[in-house]
Amino acid sequence: MDRPKVVKYKEPERAEDYPVGATFKAGHLVQTNSGWRTFRPIIDQDKCIKCLRCFLVCPDGAIDKSGESLEIDYDFCKGCGVCAHECKVGAIRMVKEGADEDGR
Amino acid sequence: MRMAGRKIFISGDEAVAEAVRLVSPHVISAYPITPQTVAVERISDFVEDGSLQAEYIHVESEHSAMSAALGAAAVGARTFTATSSQGLLYMAEVLPYVSGARFPIVMMNANRALAVPWALLSDHRDSLSQLDSGWIQVYCEDAQETLDMIIQAYRVAEDERVMTPMMVNLDGFVLTHTYELVELPDQAALKSFLPDYSTDNKMDLDVPKSVCLAAMNHYMEYMMKQELDMRNVESIIEETDREYGDMFGRSYGGMIEQYMCDGADAVLVTLGSVTGTARVVVDSMRSEGYKVGLVKLRFMRPFPKAEIIEIGSKVKAIGVVDKDISVGYEGIVFTNVNSALSDLDRVPQRLNFIAGLGGRNVSKAHIRDMYMQLLEVAEGKEKEKIQFVNARCEYNG
Ligand code: SF4
Ligand code: SF4
Repeated sequence: MDRPKVVKYKEPERAEDYPVGATFKAGHLVQTNSGWRTFRPIIDQDKCIKCLRCFLVCPDGAIDKSGESLEIDYDFCKGCGVCAHECKVGAIRMVKEGADEDGR
Repeated sequence: MRMAGRKIFISGDEAVAEAVRLVSPHVISAYPITPQTVAVERISDFVEDGSLQAEYIHVESEHSAMSAALGAAAVGARTFTATSSQGLLYMAEVLPYVSGARFPIVMMNANRALAVPWALLSDHRDSLSQLDSGWIQVYCEDAQETLDMIIQAYRVAEDERVMTPMMVNLDGFVLTHTYELVELPDQAALKSFLPDYSTDNKMDLDVPKSVCLAAMNHYMEYMMKQELDMRNVESIIEETDREYGDMFGRSYGGMIEQYMCDGADAVLVTLGSVTGTARVVVDSMRSEGYKVGLVKLRFMRPFPKAEIIEIGSKVKAIGVVDKDISVGYEGIVFTNVNSALSDLDRVPQRLNFIAGLGGRNVSKAHIRDMYMQLLEVAEGKEKEKIQFVNARCEYNG
C-alpha cells in the first residue's frame, strides 16, 4: 500500500503567510478512521480492466495503484461507494460490513 | 497614449453587456430580474451570435447563478454574473463563500428597492445590506462610468494582491434604462490594460489543492488575511483608475471624487446617479456665491476613510444623502461617514438626508434645500439631524 508521505505541518507565523483564499495543499487522512463504513467496496479483479476510474474519483485516495492490481486501503476507505458507482464494468461491489464476500 | 474609441447610443444595461463582451469572461451565469434583465439578455445575444466566446449558463435562480459562478471561478475561469434587489439577497449566502475563497468574480447589481412594499425603482438598500459580505463595492454615476468600471473591476479584482470579488452598482431604471452616448475602449488597447486571467488559486489536477476548506482552527487567521489584503485595495483602485485614464481618457478620481470642494463650507456626500443632479445644483449655487461642494463616494468597501477625514477637516458642515435606511438607526452611508469623522478633533456639523427610497424623486430643488440647511448649521443653527426628503406626509423627527 503506497500511502502519501506525511509532511509535518508548519503553522504560519504571520497572517500574511496564509494562502490567498481558504485553500490548502491537497492531502488525505493520515490517522486510521474508526470504522465508519456500513458497506465496503470489493474489487472483482477478474472483471477489472484497470481503467483507473475508481482511483481518480475516490475522494479519500484510498485506492492504491502501485501494485499489479488495484487495492483498496480499508484503513482509510469510508465506504461512500463512489468507486462502485463510477466503475463502468461493474467490477466493484458494495458489501455490508460484517457479512462475507457474498453479502451473507 | 490615449486611444479614441467608438461611440454608441446605449442604456446602462447595454453598457454592462458591451463591457462584458469586451472583457470576454469564460463563463457567465445569470438569472434575469428587473431592472437588470436587458443586460443579461444582450449578453446572451452576444454569446448566441458568436461575438462573445463564452459559456452562458441559464440558471434557475440567483442562488444558483452565484453558485455556478463560484464553481467556474474555482477552476480558474474569468466569470461574470448580474442581479438586483431580491435577487442579490437570494445570492447572499454565497457571497462570503466567493470573497472568502478569494475568487475575483465581477457582478453587476442594478440597485432596486427591497420588498415589501413591493417596488421596482431604485434605492440602495439591496447592495448596502451586503457591505459586510467581503466584496468590493463601487457605485456608478452614469452608463459610461458603468462600462468603464466593469472593465476596471476585472483588473482590480484579479490583481494578485487583491483577489477579491467586486460588485459594480448602478441605479435601476435611472441608469439601467436611460440612454446616453457611451465610448467603447479600443479592443486591442484593452488587451494590454486587462491581460488574460491566470491564477494559482484554483482546483488543478497538476497542483492538487483543497479549496473552500473548513479551517475551524484557522478561521480567524484567514479573516485577518482577507482584511489585510483588502487594505491594499485602495491604492490598486487608484493606480488602475490613473492607468485607465492615460489609455482611454477617462478617470474618476479613485475612491472618491471631490467636486468644487475647494473653499467649500458645506458639502454633500452622494452615492450613484443622484450625484449628477447634485453637480448641477453645485454649479448654479457656486455661481450665486454659495460656498458648496460635492463629494461623490465611489467605493463603499473598502471605505475611503482617509479621504472623508481630509474633507471633514476643511469644511464646516457635511450632509449625507442616503438612498437607504437602516431601520432603527439612520442612513447606512451616514453611519460609515460618521465613524470616519470621529477621528477628527473638531468634527463638522452633520445632517443625514434620507431620500429616494423606493425610487422617490430627488430633484434639484430638494438638493438645493439640503445645501441651504447645511449652510445654516455651518453658521450654528440647529436642524433636525435625520430628515426624510420629499416625503408625502409630516413626521415627528
Ligand atoms: S473503475 Fe472498475 S474497471 Fe476501472 S480500475 Fe476501478 S475497478 Fe477496475
Ligand atoms: S468506497 Fe469511497 S472511500 Fe472507499 S474506496 Fe470507494 S470511493 Fe474510496
